[in-house]
Amino acid sequence: MSVEAWTWTIVILSFALYLGIGYWARVRETAGFYVAGRGVPPVANGAATAADWMSGASFISMAGLIAFLGYDGAVYLMGWTGGYVLLALLLAPYLRKYGKYTVPEFVGDRYYSNLARVVAVISALFVSFVYMVPQLRGVGIVLSRYLGVDVATGVWAAVLVTAFIAVIGGMKGITWTQVAQYTVLISAYLIMGIALSNLLTGNLIPQLSFTFSDFAVRLSQLQVELGFKEYVAPFQNLSALNVFLITLTLMVGTAGLPHVIIRFYTVPRASDARWSAGWALLFIGLLYTTAPAVAVFSKYNLLSTLANKPLEEVRQIDWVAKWEKTGLLKLEDKNGDGILQMSGNREVNEVTIDRDIIVLSTPEVAKLAPFIVGLVAAGGLAAALSTAAGLLIVMSSAISHDLYTRMINPNASEATKLTIARVVIALVVILAAPFGINPPAFIAQLVAFAFGLAASTFFPAILLGIFDRRMNMQGAVAGMIVGLVFTASYIVGTKYLGWPNFVFGITAEGIGAIGMLLNFLVAYLVSRATQAPPQEIQKLVDEIRVPKGSGAALEH
Amino acid sequence: MDGSKLAEYWQKNLALIRNLLVVWAVVAYGLGILLAPALNGIRLFGGPPLGFWIAQQGAIWVFVVLIFIYATRMQALDREYGVED
Repeated sequence: MSVEAWTWTIVILSFALYLGIGYWARVRETAGFYVAGRGVPPVANGAATAADWMSGASFISMAGLIAFLGYDGAVYLMGWTGGYVLLALLLAPYLRKYGKYTVPEFVGDRYYSNLARVVAVISALFVSFVYMVPQLRGVGIVLSRYLGVDVATGVWAAVLVTAFIAVIGGMKGITWTQVAQYTVLISAYLIMGIALSNLLTGNLIPQLSFTFSDFAVRLSQLQVELGFKEYVAPFQNLSALNVFLITLTLMVGTAGLPHVIIRFYTVPRASDARWSAGWALLFIGLLYTTAPAVAVFSKYNLLSTLANKPLEEVRQIDWVAKWEKTGLLKLEDKNGDGILQMSGNREVNEVTIDRDIIVLSTPEVAKLAPFIVGLVAAGGLAAALSTAAGLLIVMSSAISHDLYTRMINPNASEATKLTIARVVIALVVILAAPFGINPPAFIAQLVAFAFGLAASTFFPAILLGIFDRRMNMQGAVAGMIVGLVFTASYIVGTKYLGWPNFVFGITAEGIGAIGMLLNFLVAYLVSRATQAPPQEIQKLVDEIRVPKGSGAALEH
Repeated sequence: MDGSKLAEYWQKNLALIRNLLVVWAVVAYGLGILLAPALNGIRLFGGPPLGFWIAQQGAIWVFVVLIFIYATRMQALDREYGVED
């Protein structure tokens, strides 16, 4: 069978599997729809969280991004994993004990304020929508690169599959499809990592060969010889301060992202939330520790295959010819000497590599069987689809539960609530699909916003709501508004209005950490200058601090 | 559970969280970032420089271990104070 036939087969089979699981897991009540009936075992929730968390970009682009950033790529490796420690220690078990459905619900109830609820709803919608668009785009790109499907058709196919599962199965359907999607994506990624590691070092485990071989150092030396920056040396692309703050923003932002937090609402008990966060990070860590190995091996292989080799000889290599055709790899003999010169100097550099090629070309570079190429395509799709599904539930519940049920019509029947939740999902995908097909350039940059906003609004508000009994409505709302306004205006100003990075040269990606600090400071000062929260709220805080009784919340 | 027992349980939880977060911060921000240039002078087992390795590999495994330590310790603490769920 040809590569393309294998890819079609595997992609179609995986879609059929997701649809089948979605149908099997269909739900008829709101608890099932919003929190999977709180019946998800901690290990399964860990796998679902890992799929929910790892986006199409983590799968396809991250190793490439690291390969081009060298050491500084650590901002993503540590930033997108370290937040789970904060989640497990500071947020997840307590929010699970509280036992409601959404993140804005906790913020609104804890601060006895519909203003706080609305600020949280708007942030949740904005953050999730911004995050959703690149997922859909990712699906379109995978389908078009591997199968020649046009991007619009690819995006609509993805949207329909995801919407079907979310509409009929809600969180329950999404959870169990995410478990399947994690299995597909991690198998594909590990097979690539193992094959590449074996090819270059003869060691099957990429984490071990990364640790015990000198490839990172050899790559570093090769880069210096060619006039590129040293691979292993810190702060070549970002200043130390920016590495520090971007890492912190991504960690705190991760812990504050609603679609990640609500995954921990689905486990049976508060103590399960702690274990589940551990499983989630272990499952995520499998990919995140493979990625830097793939980055080093793949880049070393690319450079040593292409640099200073005769152009004609290089073009004989199958994968070079294939990826040159797609435009992701550009070879141009600028000085006409028949030899490919690579250089950090753009003027004389004759090889241009799109960073996505680091992962996409791996199956061919490592001479893997054709069906592995199909598995990699299915893995990229699984990563994007699972994240999109988690985001859909957040947006649906923010509107149908937080706005409609909690604020507009508290007496709505189960049937009405479910219908609204389902209709909202359909509306969101119809709204998001065109953005995914044709994303405005600013959308890609908005992802910085998602983390910055989550870090400067949700994280402090939730943390203080649990750990500071004295925190009141005035403090929390003032803190969220200051964090939001400061972070949003800095990002908009520096990205779109040409402002310089006026706060110590901090870039838009790292400013969320400063927004968070401002939030904490303002919240503390304002809360101490105003009256303490009502007795029943202080009692509520005492209650969520102990796990006992979390099972009872099942009857919510 | 009475108020003083609850306060004691909470203080122990806070102390555990503080200790684990100190490790988290020292590994990620201390060794992985601020001291990375200095640690890059060390190479263990002929592998990559230490600062680079911690930032791109070691820190992630430490994060995983920290969460499992917390889950284990808290399970014991919950039982000790009779607040397990």
